[in-house]
Amino acid sequence: METAAETAAPKITAKNVDVFYADTQALHNVSVDIPDRQVTAFIGPSGCGKSTFLRCINRMNDTIPICRVSGDITLDGQDIYDPNVDPVQLRAQVGMVFQKPNPFPKSIFDNVAYGPRIHGLSKDRAELEGIVEKALRRAALWDEVKDRLDTPGTGLSGGQQQRLCIARAIATRPEVLLMDEPCSALDPIATAQIEELIQDLSSRFSVVIVTHSMQQAARVSQRTAFFHLGNLVEFGNTDDIFTRPSDSRTEAYITGRIG
Amino acid sequence: MNSGHILSAFDTDLERIQSHMLRMGGLVETALHDAMTALEKGDLELAAKVRSEDQAIDDLEEEIRQEVERVIALRSPTAGDLRTVLSVLTMASTLERCGDYARNMAKRTFVLEEFRYSSTLNGTLRRMSRVVETMLTDALDAYVDRDMAKAEDVIERDFEADQIYNSLFRELLTHMMEDPRTIAPAMHLHFIAKNIERVGDHATNLAEQAIYLVTGSFPSDDRPKQDVTTVNLTELRDG
Ligand SMILES: Nc1ncnc2c1ncn2[C@@H]1O[C@H](COP(=O)(O)OP(=O)(O)OP(=O)(O)O)[C@@H](O)[C@H]1O
Ligand SMILES: [Mg+2]
Repeated sequence: METAAETAAPKITAKNVDVFYADTQALHNVSVDIPDRQVTAFIGPSGCGKSTFLRCINRMNDTIPICRVSGDITLDGQDIYDPNVDPVQLRAQVGMVFQKPNPFPKSIFDNVAYGPRIHGLSKDRAELEGIVEKALRRAALWDEVKDRLDTPGTGLSGGQQQRLCIARAIATRPEVLLMDEPCSALDPIATAQIEELIQDLSSRFSVVIVTHSMQQAARVSQRTAFFHLGNLVEFGNTDDIFTRPSDSRTEAYITGRIG
Repeated sequence: MNSGHILSAFDTDLERIQSHMLRMGGLVETALHDAMTALEKGDLELAAKVRSEDQAIDDLEEEIRQEVERVIALRSPTAGDLRTVLSVLTMASTLERCGDYARNMAKRTFVLEEFRYSSTLNGTLRRMSRVVETMLTDALDAYVDRDMAKAEDVIERDFEADQIYNSLFRELLTHMMEDPRTIAPAMHLHFIAKNIERVGDHATNLAEQAIYLVTGSFPSDDRPKQDVTTVNLTELRDG
């Protein structure tokens, strides 16, 4: 059966991507088409290059001086490494939630309002408040913080900080959301809420999630990519990857035979 | 399967459910063989043993079901591991049915006494039982050795079992038409033949599970159905 992803144009296309940190090659010739309006999961052992690849998609690797990226990556057919592309604008379109929660040293409100403010997404304070509340609600954090929006974001628990970062990332209404192990610091309830949010977000845009939980990848994604030692080993429908993977390394990894 | 799991207890779990299923297979093989021997020799003691030992087969199936439940709940098996677990569960229930057929045959041991004059009938039944017993053994071997060729071969041989059943059916019908006094024993004998034929079908299912385990899909079912007794019946009546 053909999925929508195979017939519709991909949202992101990567072709022959190589990444080096100084002289060490972290990714080898990765090519992948990431569909729109679907969840794509990246799985693989620690150090295989998942975060590195995710950071290529919104040019976060530009901020690492020793990092060198080659190959082609396009968003809606546009080369994102084109000199005319403004990386700040790109990161509003391609939002990211990091592996470690990194709230700004500002109030909870300002953390979420930061993106909408710099991108001029609201005309007045009331509209901005509306955007902030909506983002916090969708990140399953509103009820816990609604009475202390002016307290520092860094004063929240680890799991709350992660949800704050998710709220911050979705407040700019990105077209693509990159999530690097977004639930690793969350309890099962918050995890379920974030997974629900991911499903909800994917009806409107493309979500890419890195996860170490096979069950989470199986639950939330339609497509799964397996990375191993800097190579994209297998990319396919999540159903197939978890029932009939075609590469023996994928099978060994998902069944718990290689770490 | 390739190398072991990082969590070795998972390997132990998978090995245990598989070895329980194979032990069940061994019990069913014996039950079927003994049921046929009891029939042939009119050995009521052996028949009684087959009937009472069916309980052990049922108990093993229940034990396997509980173990599989635990493995799924605790280990969340995927891919080849998931197929191992699912195939063990399916095969255990298939074997349990085969055990029931053997018990049912044992229950009817007395009938061959009344049919002893018909040695061809006896021979046909024995031949069919031998074909099916070998199918069962080979299907289990194919599973253990992940031997696809052997599994395919078992599936092919079901054709042979079906053909013997069809000719036996025809033979029984002739007996009943010629001499109404044979109707009762012939009916019993027909049930016995049907039981053996069903074990053949189940051995085919076991072989298909072996193929599923390795390939992840079932062989395409393009074999024509070989039970043509419905046709035979009309033919016989009209001709
Ligand atoms: N800033 C950096 N400087 C130097 N090397 C790096 C840097 N970031 C990553 N690497 C190296 O690149 C390789 C891939 O790392 P990456 O963080 O992409 O792995 P990962 O798949 O995200 O792992 P994990 O699951 O542990 O997060 C590793 O060998 C890592 O040591
Ligand atoms: Mg990482």
